[in-house]
Amino acid sequence: MAQLDVQAKLAILADAAKYDASCASSGTAKRNSRGGKGVGSSEGMGICHAYAPDGRCISLLKILLTNSCIFDCAYCINRKSSNVRRARFTAQEVVRLTLEFYKRNYIEGLFLSSGIIRSSNYTMEQIVEVARSLREDHDFRGYIHLKTIPDADPELVRQAGLHANRVSINVELPTTSGLTRLAPEKDVRQIEGAMREMKASIADADDAAKRFKSAPKFAPAGQSTQMIVGADAASDADIVRRSSSLYDRFGLRRVYYSAFSPIPDASAVLPLKRPPLMREHRLYQSDWLMRFYGFTSAEVRSATDAQGMLPLDIDPKLAWALKFRDGFPVDVNRAPKEMLLRIPGLGTKAVDRIMSSRRWRKLRLDDVARLTLSIAKVRPFITTLDWRPTFLTDRTDLRMLVAPRQQQLELFTA
Amino acid sequence: MIDAHRVMLSAPDDFEGWRDAARDLAEAGVPASAVVWQVEGGDADLFGSAVQQRAAPSFPVPREFVNLARNVICYSDRERFALLYAMLLRLKSHRRALDDEADPLVRRLADFAKAVRRDIHKMHAFVRFREFDGRFVAFFEPEHHIVRRAASFFVNRFTNMRWSILTPELSIHWDGETLAEGPGATRADAPAGDPLEEMWRTYYASIFNPARLKVGAMLKEMPKKYWRNMPETSLVEPLIASARNRELEMIDRSVAKQGLEDAIEAERALQPRSNVRASWEALFREARGCTRCHLHECATQTVFGEGPLDASIAFVGEQPGDQEDIAGRPFVGPAGQLFDAALEKAGIDRSAVYVTNAVKHFKFVQRGKKRIHSKPNAGEIEACRWWIENERALIKPPITVALGATAAQSLFGKAMAIGKNRGSPLQLQDGSECWITVHPSFLLRIPEEDRRREERALFVRDLKRIRARAEELAA
Repeated sequence: MAQLDVQAKLAILADAAKYDASCASSGTAKRNSRGGKGVGSSEGMGICHAYAPDGRCISLLKILLTNSCIFDCAYCINRKSSNVRRARFTAQEVVRLTLEFYKRNYIEGLFLSSGIIRSSNYTMEQIVEVARSLREDHDFRGYIHLKTIPDADPELVRQAGLHANRVSINVELPTTSGLTRLAPEKDVRQIEGAMREMKASIADADDAAKRFKSAPKFAPAGQSTQMIVGADAASDADIVRRSSSLYDRFGLRRVYYSAFSPIPDASAVLPLKRPPLMREHRLYQSDWLMRFYGFTSAEVRSATDAQGMLPLDIDPKLAWALKFRDGFPVDVNRAPKEMLLRIPGLGTKAVDRIMSSRRWRKLRLDDVARLTLSIAKVRPFITTLDWRPTFLTDRTDLRMLVAPRQQQLELFTA
Repeated sequence: MIDAHRVMLSAPDDFEGWRDAARDLAEAGVPASAVVWQVEGGDADLFGSAVQQRAAPSFPVPREFVNLARNVICYSDRERFALLYAMLLRLKSHRRALDDEADPLVRRLADFAKAVRRDIHKMHAFVRFREFDGRFVAFFEPEHHIVRRAASFFVNRFTNMRWSILTPELSIHWDGETLAEGPGATRADAPAGDPLEEMWRTYYASIFNPARLKVGAMLKEMPKKYWRNMPETSLVEPLIASARNRELEMIDRSVAKQGLEDAIEAERALQPRSNVRASWEALFREARGCTRCHLHECATQTVFGEGPLDASIAFVGEQPGDQEDIAGRPFVGPAGQLFDAALEKAGIDRSAVYVTNAVKHFKFVQRGKKRIHSKPNAGEIEACRWWIENERALIKPPITVALGATAAQSLFGKAMAIGKNRGSPLQLQDGSECWITVHPSFLLRIPEEDRRREERALFVRDLKRIRARAEELAA
């Protein structure tokens, strides 16, 4: 094969990386480049430097080191038997590209992943070398997210954690049977074992940092994972149960969901249809309910239907409220915060504002309207000084009243 | 208005000036309606009298108000100074007045501050430097007066670079040690291009996933007002258009086929034919595990097609027989031998054509030790069509030959009479040519010697015509 120039490689290796959903550059320790010799800073808050027409943000230079792979996972465009064009960056090419992009303020940093070439350890060494060179040779203080390989040598994984802000290992599929069928070379116990070790390393480093100021930082933005939605038969309830157990057991910062996209040259064992974007959206909403709204995973699951699926036309919080109507309406002037958080249409900020302003005044419907985006959505579920919804619990058509108005269906709405 | 107090601020984001004047006025109990706030260089109010600066003892305000005011001052609305002053007066009597978040004034100021924070955040995100002579220069158009507030971010991040950010109102320059201010600038003052932008555009186009189009989500976070100074945004429209085209093509044909065909077409364009083999091998491996119908339960193995992938003719038989099932290769039993002989007579080299079957598993009924061939039904043919279509999509044979009724039904999707259709080309759905003739095993089953000879001659005649047509198409 003719030698590809860096631009051609970039096209291939960015294309190959786009199925990884994570682009977060947030939640890390504050840092800047004052007193250093390179560039880079992190504010704690992530920055999205651009958005693509697929609605996803572009925060990091998200590429693979190579898209050659000795594994044959059916859902992956880079699998061994796939027909895609292969390319490979050298570590120095990635380093240069990252720095040049960073200096022009295109990106927050690098998200580096790779197909497995030769062996897990060899691949991991290459990934670590990129991060090392950025940090040590160029004093780069921007964000680095490294994908680690489950069965790589622990010492290599440890080095990855020392250089990176965030590390991640993908669990890929929500069910073990799905993983066995679609990713025959991957092993759920090995993946979880690696996550467990990562959690322990992060905890050790936190511990050391409390005692010694000079203790080295270890993946200060924690670890995350990703699973593919819609490639196997897992229901929403299965997925919610699985991610809640991942959060609990491995202290993950995030579980990302990636709606399975029909990849070019797809393997025949996979469904070829449009990615279930709305389903992905509903799963993220349920993820938020668990992380910020005090819902337990069992409560989210109780909002699913008989097949274990969340409704697509309404959000999971509304679905839950409609199913458990006896808790409503909620008196916004008296209810505890936990109950306010359960009101459909009220976000965490609106709840904080209600808590703060009700020390000052008895809230009327107008007051609540100023604190929320849409009072129409909230109204059926609250009482205020001057408002009480009529016959809420008895109305069978309540769902029709509160569900978003149906638009003319698009031909291809997921 | 005659005895109005006039405050002249040095700049639209002059927080210190506003703070000092507001503190004095509030201390003196001047009502909000009696103060006129102005920015130097703006249109002056002739009737106000300037406030005299006094070092007055100040009353304490909560820190959160100071933070709020710093942001609100940057908002591009002339009322901001007066609204903030009204809030300050209220804080004088109620120190916790900001907690009343449902209050209209508190709400309005919070909305101003939010808009300013967002504008600052977007400036951090969307400034695009161009390198010129070792210096990095950007032109940016913020919505509010935020340049000074946003500057520290760039200083912290790009401490060891020399850079300038030009905006219509104000320019800032960093030389590695100090931040200098200059007058406003126009886009023409910034360098015109940077070779690396092509690289960045390549990345932007490649990271976009055309299977998921969410233009609304993009516009919400990257409003068009910022697009003018970002190199990648010129790609947005073509990317959306090409994604939609792909979708429209999908409506035309079945979704599954198109995905594969697109991919193969793209591969061909890159490296003609070199990857078809890999793709065929993947298909072959997958076919070995096929469970699309129940036939896999009894058969020994999948018998897939074989032959060169650039073949000009693809022969499609019915299904593997007893010997094919054991050998794992098509047309090796008695019918296969007859087929080979006929090909030879017609002058066709078997090793130059692709040979496959409409159904890939052997269907039979067990009679004692013998496995007797049994005709596949419509459901089985339909289930297996998937494979044959993928084989044909890969190879794209100019001529496909249906050997017998089963093959014809598989290729055309409906029953085709052989006698009526043989001897001349028909058109398949994809536009390529298809010839229908008998299956060689039919020739084996004719008991009468004369008729058998006659039918074999007809079969060879068909094959000869097909060969001639293939040569004609290739020429």
